[in-house]
Amino acid sequence: MKTVSVMIVGVGGQGSLLASKLLGRLLVDEGYDVKVSEVHGMSQRGGSVVTYVRFGEKVYSPIITDGEADIIISFEKLEAGRYASYLKKDGKIVVNTQQIDPMPVIIGAAQYPENVLDELTQKGVSVDALDALSLAEQAGSSKAVNIVLMGKAAKYFDIPYESWITAIENTVAPKFVEMNKKAFELGYNS
Amino acid sequence: MKKLMIGNQAVAEGLHDGGLGVVSSYPGTPSTEITEFLSKFDDIHSEWAPNEKVACEVAFGSSLAGARSACAMKHVGLNVAADPLFTLSYTGVNGGLVICVADDPAMHSSQNEQDSRHYAMAAKVPMLEPADSMEAYIFAKNAFELSEKFDTPVLLRMCTRIAHSQSIVETGEKQPATLKDYEKNPAKYIMAPANAIKRHPFVEDRTLSLQELAENCEYNAVEMNSDEIGIITSGCSYQYVKEVMGDSASVLKIGMSYPLPVKLIKDFASKVKTLYVIEELDPFIENHVKALGIDVIGKEKFSILGEFSQNTIAKAFGKELPESVSADSAIPNRPPMMCAGCPHRGLFYTLAKNKITALGDIGCYTLGSAPPLNALDSTLCMGASISGLHGFNLARGKDAERKSVAVIGDSTFMHSGMTGLVNVAYNATNSTVIIVDNSITGMTGHQQNPTTGYNIKGDPAAKVDLEALCKALGINRVRVVDPYDLKACDTAVKEELAVEEPSVIISRRPCVLLKSVKHEAPLKVDTDKCKSCKRCMTLGCPAISMKDGKAKVDATLCVGCGVCKQLCAFDAIV
Repeated sequence: MKTVSVMIVGVGGQGSLLASKLLGRLLVDEGYDVKVSEVHGMSQRGGSVVTYVRFGEKVYSPIITDGEADIIISFEKLEAGRYASYLKKDGKIVVNTQQIDPMPVIIGAAQYPENVLDELTQKGVSVDALDALSLAEQAGSSKAVNIVLMGKAAKYFDIPYESWITAIENTVAPKFVEMNKKAFELGYNS
Repeated sequence: MKKLMIGNQAVAEGLHDGGLGVVSSYPGTPSTEITEFLSKFDDIHSEWAPNEKVACEVAFGSSLAGARSACAMKHVGLNVAADPLFTLSYTGVNGGLVICVADDPAMHSSQNEQDSRHYAMAAKVPMLEPADSMEAYIFAKNAFELSEKFDTPVLLRMCTRIAHSQSIVETGEKQPATLKDYEKNPAKYIMAPANAIKRHPFVEDRTLSLQELAENCEYNAVEMNSDEIGIITSGCSYQYVKEVMGDSASVLKIGMSYPLPVKLIKDFASKVKTLYVIEELDPFIENHVKALGIDVIGKEKFSILGEFSQNTIAKAFGKELPESVSADSAIPNRPPMMCAGCPHRGLFYTLAKNKITALGDIGCYTLGSAPPLNALDSTLCMGASISGLHGFNLARGKDAERKSVAVIGDSTFMHSGMTGLVNVAYNATNSTVIIVDNSITGMTGHQQNPTTGYNIKGDPAAKVDLEALCKALGINRVRVVDPYDLKACDTAVKEELAVEEPSVIISRRPCVLLKSVKHEAPLKVDTDKCKSCKRCMTLGCPAISMKDGKAKVDATLCVGCGVCKQLCAFDAIV
């Protein structure tokens, strides 16, 4: 099989680390060769963060470049725009419609691109948008945005629902398992 | 069991399974997790040292005593540890000694892009360079045997993409940690000239023996696929080459970056029509190949700058690149910034407001240089704020002394700020030094240090008294200020700049991200009172923005620090 490339992008502090941990664990359990790459350090301080997840029979490069991503899971709206060029021609973007202003917007040095998702759709990009923050709150915690989004993205993977649930049970701290299962289900059915 | 691990965890597992007894390190991205993972093992001694030189010397002492030992650092940390390294090369080891060094091509989290392979050549010690987590585990584990067999410290070179990428590792059996006998041996371990002069020939002979090993070892491997294109590569570049070229090119993969083989390279070169060297950063392998009189394509096609990707290789070999689309709107940058409630913000606001020249240092507070505060004038290396300020004041005299400060964090002050402060006192400039003490090593992700009162395992430890220390170093004026109190900050800075003697201001408040720090209720803006003056916006707090012409506080980010409240002339922030 060809190597599949998935990107998880968002803002430092949004919980993309847990999402990539969940996905990595799941893919290893499914028997794939897997590489997961992220950059620690400066990016934790509210900066733009990106994680690359690649799986297949044999994966070489740990990173993803322009036109290669099968799926981009974006935790924030404008971050989907930032990384859109990484998407394959027939790739999918799963995006949380939440808006988090970056510092240049806060201090008035730049405009937030409100219509970025419409622009991408008009160019033929398949954009699957949802209000993951509301669904996370419905599941019991605004912190579950990451798992809601993984639930939404799950339908683009050829992996059974039960395997995702097992991976959540193996990755998340026991007291948060039920809440996260609920968050996954809400994302999956949205 | 097969497990996904970042390269740094694989190094930790490898060192542990290789019989490690002692590890001493100073944190630095992208090397920090090696020691963090090692600290979870109870059967080895692990510690954070005040700096990399100390860490490397601790590893030397443990090796001398007969234990397998290690230290880990980022590339610029090896500059600090270079002094012990160069003579460790002469003494050699008793227990195996591994120095892990992590380079940062593209400078994701560093102040320069130096290539640490030059250290291996300059210090004449072998360097191993893994290309994924599995190799990181094996190379780290086997490095002790290499070290003991050839009587040399071994450098293990990581780079960001290997250190922080997870790939599958299958761990093997753990070797028991043993303590070799210690025997006094002045000719080997006292590097006074009479002894050292006899050790130098040993070092040269050792390099020749290691070069023999390089010709035929598990680290360097040939994959013959084509007689048209041959590629010599190493580390993550190997992965990019395989991704793009597959089996259409022959590859010589270098896993031991120093010393490099000669016969193996000549033989490989003779079997292919066109030879390439693909390596990130400096032309290290390329220069070696060229010195052998072999024609090779290297840096003219593959940049000396930044990091590579599969895209780099595809472009260079004229492969078709995949199509891509992008949004039409300009996408604003999202740079890292000081967190909402960061205790450094109040201090930097004070410096910016008073238009003070501030020589900065390495840590979260380097972010004080970002807009809108723009509060820093320089950042060079660990400790350079204080020594730099002294030099600045020497050159520009009294006028400079009255409006310039150094800003340095607690951990960085322990690392190499103290010696600069001694110089300020001893060579007498009226310098004003501000220690931003947030009770943790922040930027690298919350490591303990000698000022926090806890060790790497979180157990209570001796705690440096910063006030007493500064006084002992010769500074008579030492005062503490709370950076959440803007008025107190302003007074302290103005008074200490005015006095005709050196002084230290300790701006003290724990990092707002520490679990032990209790957050206050988020503040709100009374929109009737807000006059849209945007004074609160000058703080650059990520929790404050303008919405519909009025200031707005994001309740999910605000920790209620109250700094913005002190700025509002209309009592609109409540």
